[in-house]
Amino acid sequence: MDKFTTLTGIAAPMPLVNIDTDMIIPKQFLKTIHRSGLGKNLFDEMRFNSDGSEIADFVLNQPAYRESQIIVAGDNFGCGSSREHAPWALLDFGIRCVISTSFADIFYNNCFKNGILPIVLPQEAVDVLMDDARKGANARITVDLEAQTVTSSDGQSFSFEMDPFRKHCLLNGLDDIGLTMEKATKIDSYESQMAQSRPWV
Amino acid sequence: MSGNSNAGAPRTLYDKIFDAHVVDRSDDGTCILYIDRHLVHEVTSPQAFEGLRMAGRKVHAPERTIAVPDHNVPTTADRVNGIENPEGRIQVAELDKNAREFGLNYYPMNDIRQGIVHIVGPEQGWTLPGMTVVCGDSHTATHGAFGALAHGIGTSEVEHVLATQTLIQKKSKNMKVEITGKLRPGVTAKDITLAVIGKTGTAGGTGYVIEYCGEAIRDLSMEGRMTVCNMAIEGGARAGLIAPDDKTFAYCQGRPHAPKGAAWEAAVSWWKTLFTDEGAHWDKVITIRGEDIAPVVTWGTSPEDVLAITDKVPAPEDFEGGKVEAARRSLDYMGLTPGTPLNEIKIDAVFIGSCTNGRIEDLRAAAGILKGKHLAQGVRGMIVPGSGLVRMQAEEEGLDKIFTDAGFEWRLAGCSMCLGMNPDQLAPGERCAATSNRNFEGRMGRGGRTHLMSPVMAAAAGIAGHLTDVRELLAETV
Repeated sequence: MDKFTTLTGIAAPMPLVNIDTDMIIPKQFLKTIHRSGLGKNLFDEMRFNSDGSEIADFVLNQPAYRESQIIVAGDNFGCGSSREHAPWALLDFGIRCVISTSFADIFYNNCFKNGILPIVLPQEAVDVLMDDARKGANARITVDLEAQTVTSSDGQSFSFEMDPFRKHCLLNGLDDIGLTMEKATKIDSYESQMAQSRPWV
Repeated sequence: MSGNSNAGAPRTLYDKIFDAHVVDRSDDGTCILYIDRHLVHEVTSPQAFEGLRMAGRKVHAPERTIAVPDHNVPTTADRVNGIENPEGRIQVAELDKNAREFGLNYYPMNDIRQGIVHIVGPEQGWTLPGMTVVCGDSHTATHGAFGALAHGIGTSEVEHVLATQTLIQKKSKNMKVEITGKLRPGVTAKDITLAVIGKTGTAGGTGYVIEYCGEAIRDLSMEGRMTVCNMAIEGGARAGLIAPDDKTFAYCQGRPHAPKGAAWEAAVSWWKTLFTDEGAHWDKVITIRGEDIAPVVTWGTSPEDVLAITDKVPAPEDFEGGKVEAARRSLDYMGLTPGTPLNEIKIDAVFIGSCTNGRIEDLRAAAGILKGKHLAQGVRGMIVPGSGLVRMQAEEEGLDKIFTDAGFEWRLAGCSMCLGMNPDQLAPGERCAATSNRNFEGRMGRGGRTHLMSPVMAAAAGIAGHLTDVRELLAETV
């Protein structure tokens, strides 16, 4: 997994609430057995007509936002299915950070496994960043994970909360399977104890 | 630790199950939680097995891992000859290979016990009270009906569970959802769960584990409880739980993987301690009177877009904030005009099935409405049992005959049209009365329009040719 430290980039404004994982990556693209290559189908049904041509007014099709690395989104981003194909598609497109007032639980977890930083901010802060994002390619938003701040193009800075363990893993690009396996003896002793207390499991 | 739930301060059911599964707890509250059952299907697992192989890791506890293909499988009889779609065929073949290579408990596509993973788990006795159950599928919440802590995970977490039989978790907050009193005739578990989401919104449960309780919940069968918990995720909750009781134990007893003899007695005696203690702390409480719940349908493209069937299509201006624009977009997608009575909305299709409503009791309820009736002119209908065993049971009871006489297609088990990964899909603009769980844009097929409702409401809509109040049909038959 790639580390996440700081990022300065173009932010795409997506104010719609409840953007679900079926919108982010529709089911017809879940038939892959690989993690890569999903970026071309990110937001497929919002981004392309059924003949494959681009829908011109969709934000990521507009010239200013084609190189976006950040999305500023409406409430409850990533709701619905557990498909990790959603963060895989975002990452493959080049999105490394999503900012919203709230995220769905499973999507939020999935982001951290893929080096994507989901940032929760209050409505007022998201409103400021949404307006900033609407200015287009010249308005670059800066995210600093170590300092836990997001700064708009005109210098307004907002602090965000972050779980220390998740922050540590993202800053260092750590694979948490490896971290858990370091505690293998604890898992073994739990299993021995469980064989006594809950033998039916 | 496990087995001892009496010590210390009053705890919720969730607290007790969580505590019994903690392998390690860090100072910041990050825990390693032991996973008792890991369910695996073909869509969200191939990359996890690939990761395992690349790192040279094994499956830590294959005996606790259960694999079944469900999302991609065709539901037509010709599937014995294989899957036509090449990508779907590869995914199912990958699962087959992984299940055999790693020695998992496995129900292949043409096994009579195959079905939707969340129907197979309980049916085979894999899901038991007090367990932790995970699956790379958000509707894992279903298993909470047994008083098991069950939730969906992403593919990286699937790999983590395969490698370690644990998950890294932090404790969620506790929410109590109480449904008091009795339900009125024509009102079902599906109406309860949709009514709750209508009240809390799809983000109302974010950060919480819900415990459903109250007389109306206790009165539900295990099937109904599974329907309620199944949609906890649509309300944003990590999991939904219902405390186990005699109905739960009766459902589990005798199932192939349920404990037997002395082990059964020991299990039941622990399961009986699995309830929320008097005085336990709730972070949020929602109470709904069972009598106040009407048969409901969704009108929009979010499961929170819930109204009683007696209501009218809302206008964007009826909402506030970001929901105004979302409602405008939904109405446009759904092709609906504000002010239209919901019971005048014409439908093209009916889908009865899914992990929400694909169990035998759901099929019996639908058959009760459809007996001696026929689908309205121009409406197509599909009934997809949740497992091969549900299908067999329905056929023993003659339900298949009622369905086919009513003009429905009677299919083999799978997820089917609920997410349309197999050939069962809506055409653009087609409108469907569905017993599934999501009405998202494109969910059942690009441009397809989904109205969520109970099996009896979907059956009634099929007969009428438009959304309708099932209570009117019930009144006719009395």
